[in-house]
Amino acid sequence: MPDRGAVSRAEPDPAGAPGALSPRVSPSSDVAVACEGVSLAYGARTVLRDVTFAVRRGERAAVLGPNGGGKTTLFRALTGELEPVAGRVIAPGRCGVVPQTERSRLDFPVSALDVALMGAVSRLPWWRRPGRADRAAAHAALERVGLDAMADETFGDLSGGQRQRVLLARALVQDARVLLLDEPFSGLDTRSTDLVMGLLDDLAAEGRTLLIATHDVDQARAWDLVLCLNGAQVAFGPPGETLTLPTLERTYGGAIVELPGGGGHGVLPPHHHDH
Amino acid sequence: MLHWLLDPWSDPINLRALVEVVALGATGGALGCWIVFYRLAYSAESLAHALLPGLVVASLAGAPLVVGGAAGLVVAALAVAVAGRTPAIGHDTAVAVVVTGLLGLGALLALSPDTPARLQELLFGDVLGVGTGDLVLAGALTAVVLGALALLHPSLLVVGFDRASAAALGRSALAVDVALGVLVALAILVAVQGLGNLLVVAVLVAPAAAARRVTRRLASMMAVAVAIAVACGAIGLYASFYLDTASGASIAGALVLAYAAANMLPAARA
Repeated sequence: MPDRGAVSRAEPDPAGAPGALSPRVSPSSDVAVACEGVSLAYGARTVLRDVTFAVRRGERAAVLGPNGGGKTTLFRALTGELEPVAGRVIAPGRCGVVPQTERSRLDFPVSALDVALMGAVSRLPWWRRPGRADRAAAHAALERVGLDAMADETFGDLSGGQRQRVLLARALVQDARVLLLDEPFSGLDTRSTDLVMGLLDDLAAEGRTLLIATHDVDQARAWDLVLCLNGAQVAFGPPGETLTLPTLERTYGGAIVELPGGGGHGVLPPHHHDH
Repeated sequence: MLHWLLDPWSDPINLRALVEVVALGATGGALGCWIVFYRLAYSAESLAHALLPGLVVASLAGAPLVVGGAAGLVVAALAVAVAGRTPAIGHDTAVAVVVTGLLGLGALLALSPDTPARLQELLFGDVLGVGTGDLVLAGALTAVVLGALALLHPSLLVVGFDRASAAALGRSALAVDVALGVLVALAILVAVQGLGNLLVVAVLVAPAAAARRVTRRLASMMAVAVAIAVACGAIGLYASFYLDTASGASIAGALVLAYAAANMLPAARA
């Protein structure tokens, strides 16, 4: 029987574990979400090992890694859905989740307002329906993401960018202090990307903590921190320290190349690197 | 015309049947919307068929059918759980094997020479034969299912729409699945008395599937599904009265026709 890990839903107490977190976090820092030596498994299969990081209030952290590298699994642990088999997750209350839009049911007969209103459910006992104040909060959240005029539109009829913003509104109604965003820019056009990026900047400025799973190495340079995962933690720290070619190669299991014409970085499959 | 409409209900037998189909229609219409969205139609049909041995044994022993049906449901659920653990076959195959086996066992018991001639009632129901006890049971079921659906509505919506984010929104997908499964089992258990083992799934699936075609929101879908289920129940009873057809089969036929008609209408945008 493995030593079971723990999920702490209380406010973190960094002073109680000095040095146990990332070296960059001092005991007096304002940690919003953290992992200490966390390992995660599905049944007997360990899929993510030795994750130790801490992100403070108002910080934006990119979570980089290949498909199957453990990004979504880490998010499941941070929401409390998956219990660590080792280590400790420190999260304040419930984290808000903004999934990829195609993972929700596009055939469900719900409006944008209905979806935003689901954020209020997390604050209510299971038998209570959202009330008038919750509807007002849902409208306000939709207005903030620029979609209140489309509140009555069917969610599945919206564009990918609009659906992403509705799911962001749902997290705002939830009033989560930590938001976990799963590839929020995937499939978005430039205008929608700029809109979502601006919203994330605003949310961080008001003290919310953002963890953003992404494949976009260059976009990650714009965030405060980068966590690299590939079945285990590869690196964690500011982009200047973590986004090095050796680290990225270890993260993606292949060679990272500079794309011609200033097109950013690309990842070569491992066999290119080996030969 | 008025006489034509009211004549069937002057007979207490038909009137009791009408009350029964109204109760079952309200339950089936509302619950059916969640069955459709949670893609549980196959499971519901399988459960309904698999409880036949329980009904037959209860019939042979002279016990209340609801008790036999409940025992049949438990046996079916256990058999599916055990068969589903066999790595070589998938869950769907396991369900199919168990259901076919149990349905066959039920038919074998019911067709044995010593069995009272009630197989048709068990398979196709006898809505015209419902007594006061059946009506009380159907009324209680309607109250329980509709009350539970009202309370569970936000949770059903959150889990059904975005299962992966349910935990972050404070809802357990497993708990919601179990609650919905229990409600479906309860509905089958009671509705099978009136509509029978083979036809009960019609009232749980067809009204919701038809309503989905013509509505854009869940609330209107539920209202339309209940209206279709109740209307088809009444139409089936009229057909039974005036055309001398089997009541359960007439109701099921009306439900299927309603679904076919809804499919001919332009689909609602959603």
